Parts: sequence; structure tokens; C-alpha cells
Amino acid sequence: MDASLDLVCWVLILVGGAFGITGGIGIVRMPSFFTRIHAAGMAETMCAPPILLAMMIQAGWSLVTFKLVLILIFLFLTSPTASHALAKAALHGGVPPVDPGADDR
Amino acid sequence: MIRVLSLIFVLSAVWLLLSGHYDTVFYGLGAVSVALTVWVSARMKVIDHEGHPFHIAGRVFIYFPWLFWEIIKSNIDVARRVLSPSLPISPRVFVVQASQKTAVGRTIYANSITLTPGTVTIDVRGSELEVHALTEASAEGIQSGVMDAHATRFEGTG
Repeated sequence: MDASLDLVCWVLILVGGAFGITGGIGIVRMPSFFTRIHAAGMAETMCAPPILLAMMIQAGWSLVTFKLVLILIFLFLTSPTASHALAKAALHGGVPPVDPGADDR
Repeated sequence: MIRVLSLIFVLSAVWLLLSGHYDTVFYGLGAVSVALTVWVSARMKVIDHEGHPFHIAGRVFIYFPWLFWEIIKSNIDVARRVLSPSLPISPRVFVVQASQKTAVGRTIYANSITLTPGTVTIDVRGSELEVHALTEASAEGIQSGVMDAHATRFEGTG
């Protein structure tokens, strides 16, 4: 573990943090329910994975890395399922997917 | 039968790697847990091409890197739109045909669409996917069928 690897980890953590904050800003700024899902999707695909990757580099080849890989896989399988469940529930609950007027729910 | 053996192998590997303890007691507990899980799964008849799709496992290493790259590209695009003062979005809904033959294949495709920021699958009817897109560009990205073709190749023929 040398300084260059630490630098890579710092960059990855900062990238993850930046996308997490951007996702949060997006959830606030987006005008409707369905557009907010896109912002939330950004937070789950580009926020956690770079941070997990940085932790894997820090952990090296160990059981911890394997567990982090498992977390990553579960995240990539469950987060779109949750997003889809939310969107489908909203659709069947009568939220209009495209609302030309300014709606703020 | 080969699926049962594969499931036993995967479960044993997960047990050994997650526990990190290597002595007789843990081997015994692991063997009992694996046997119980496999028995229950077999009784529920879920060890099939859907419950344990190991036939596509090898192609994961082709599909996932491609998908990650797509996710990174669309993340940067959505982030730029979120941070831009004028919020340049034009939400729309459209229907795409999924060319995958199996339910597993269609699930992979629909999940990949949802995983890519800017597009979310909001409904599935047979082989038709209803997709909500944040912008015209992200809608065109799905309608071009590139991801559909990748997902179909990932699904394979088996």
C-alpha cells in the first residue's frame, strides 16, 4: 500500500461523495415523482460503488474485499428492483408519469 | 442435477468466505446449513433456470463491464443536468420491445434500464417494457436497441 493507491482511494471516495450530494440536490430540484427517481438512481449507482471500490483497495486481497464485493452485487440487484417497485406502485396509484404542468408533490 | 451441485458449491463457498473461521465446528454447521438450504430449495422447486441461472454466469464478465461504463456515462449526463441552473429535462414515457426470450433475460434488461440513471422501467407487460426517461437523449439511447442486444447476448440461448 503506497501513496499512489491512497490517492486513487481518495479520488474514488470524493467522486462517490460528489455524486451522492448531486443525487440529493437532484431529488430536491426535480419537479415530479418520476423525475426524482432518476436523481435517486444516480445516488445509488455512482455514490456507493466508488466508495466500496476505494474500501476494497484499502482492504487488499482479503475476506473483507470479498464481503465488499458481495455488498456491491446485492446493491446492484436490489436497488433497481426497489426503484421499479416504487415507480410501478406510483403508476398504478394514479401518479401521471409525464405531467406537462408544474406539479410539485 | 448439475444445478444442484452448482448451488451446493456456491453456498459452501459463500459460507466459508463469509465466516472466515476454519475449524471442524464451523465446517459441520456449514454442511448442515447448505444441506438444509438445498433441500428446502429442491422441495420448493426453485433450483431451475430462474432460481439458479448459472448458465449465464460466465458472460457476466462481458456484460457487467459494458453496463458499468454505460452507467458512468449516463450518471455524468444526469449530474450535469441536475447541477445546471436551467434544469434541462424533458421527461417522457415510451414503450420498447424486449427481444429476450426468457423471464430472466427480460428481468436483466428491465433492471439494466432502471440501473442506468435517466431511464426507469415503470411497467412490464409480456415482452413490452414501459420506460420513463428523463431526457430525449436518454430515451433515444434505449430506443436504439443497443442495450437490448447486449442483454439478449448476455441471456444466451440456454
